[in-house]
Amino acid sequence: MGRMKFLCDAERCIECNGCATACKSEHEVPWGVNRRRVVTINDGVPGERSISVACMHCADAPCMAVCPTDCFYQTEEGVVLHDKDMCIGCGYCFFACPFGAPQFPNGPAAFGARGKMDKCTFCAGGPEADGSDEEFAKYGRNRLSEGKLPACAEMCATKALLAGDADVISDIYRQRVLRRGKGTDVWGWSTAYGKPQPAVAKANQEGKK
Amino acid sequence: MSARHFCSVLLAVVAGAVNAGCGERPQVVEYKKGQYQGKTDAQPWDSAQFKGDKQAWESALRQRNQAQNEYQRTQ
Repeated sequence: MGRMKFLCDAERCIECNGCATACKSEHEVPWGVNRRRVVTINDGVPGERSISVACMHCADAPCMAVCPTDCFYQTEEGVVLHDKDMCIGCGYCFFACPFGAPQFPNGPAAFGARGKMDKCTFCAGGPEADGSDEEFAKYGRNRLSEGKLPACAEMCATKALLAGDADVISDIYRQRVLRRGKGTDVWGWSTAYGKPQPAVAKANQEGKK
Repeated sequence: MSARHFCSVLLAVVAGAVNAGCGERPQVVEYKKGQYQGKTDAQPWDSAQFKGDKQAWESALRQRNQAQNEYQRTQ
C-alpha cells in the first residue's frame, strides 16, 4: 500500500458541500471547526472552479516541523496525525500550514485559550485505541481501521473528491482526463464526464431524426 | 614593569577582546527534526475487524478505491 492522498477534480466539483457535511456528521466536529471546506475561485463568473480542501497529509509536513511539543506523527500509510494530549494550542501549525488545515475549537483567542488543535485525520482517528470512545471524542471515527476510505470522498456525489492510495486515485483521474479530452475539445457536460461513446451518440442522433 | 608598559599591554588585551566580538559567525539556526513524543498508535489492520491481517485490510481498501472509479463500476 502506498501513500494515502486526497485528489479533487475541479471539473467535477459542484460546490454542494456534501464532503464538508459528511465530515462534520461522521466525526461530530464541534462548532467553529471545519476540517474540510469547499473553496470557489471566481464565484459567479462563467468558468468558476471549486475544490474541496482539507489536510493534504504532506509527505514533508510543515506542521510537524514547527510543532514545539513534537505531537505530530506520520503513519505507515503517510497519514499525518497528532496527539491532542501533547498539544498546547500554540498555533504554530496553523501558521505553517499552506492549506489552513489546523483549526482551534475556540477560534481566534489568546495563547492558552484556543483549545487543542483539530484537523482532518483521513478518518484514521488518533493514537488512542482504535474504535474506542476516547478516540471518537478526541479525533472522530476511525474508518481506516474498518477498511473504509474517508467519509468525505465516499460521500461525494460526483466523485470529484477522490481519496486513497495515491497511485490508484492518480490512475482514476488520468483515465478521466484521457476520456474528456483537453483544450477546446471539452465543453459542457463532457467537461466533467467525458464524451459520449460512439454507439450512444449514434443512437441519440437516430432518435432525433 | 613601568606603568606605561602595563597600560599598553592592557590596551592590547582589551582591543583584542573587543575585536573578537566582531567576528562573522553563521547566524542561521540549524534545524533538527523532532521526534514524536506522544502515545504510540496501533496499525489500522490491528483492529478487531482485521485482527492483524494486513493483506485483508489492503484488499478491502483496494476494493473501496476502485469503487470511486465509475467508468469501471458501470461497465
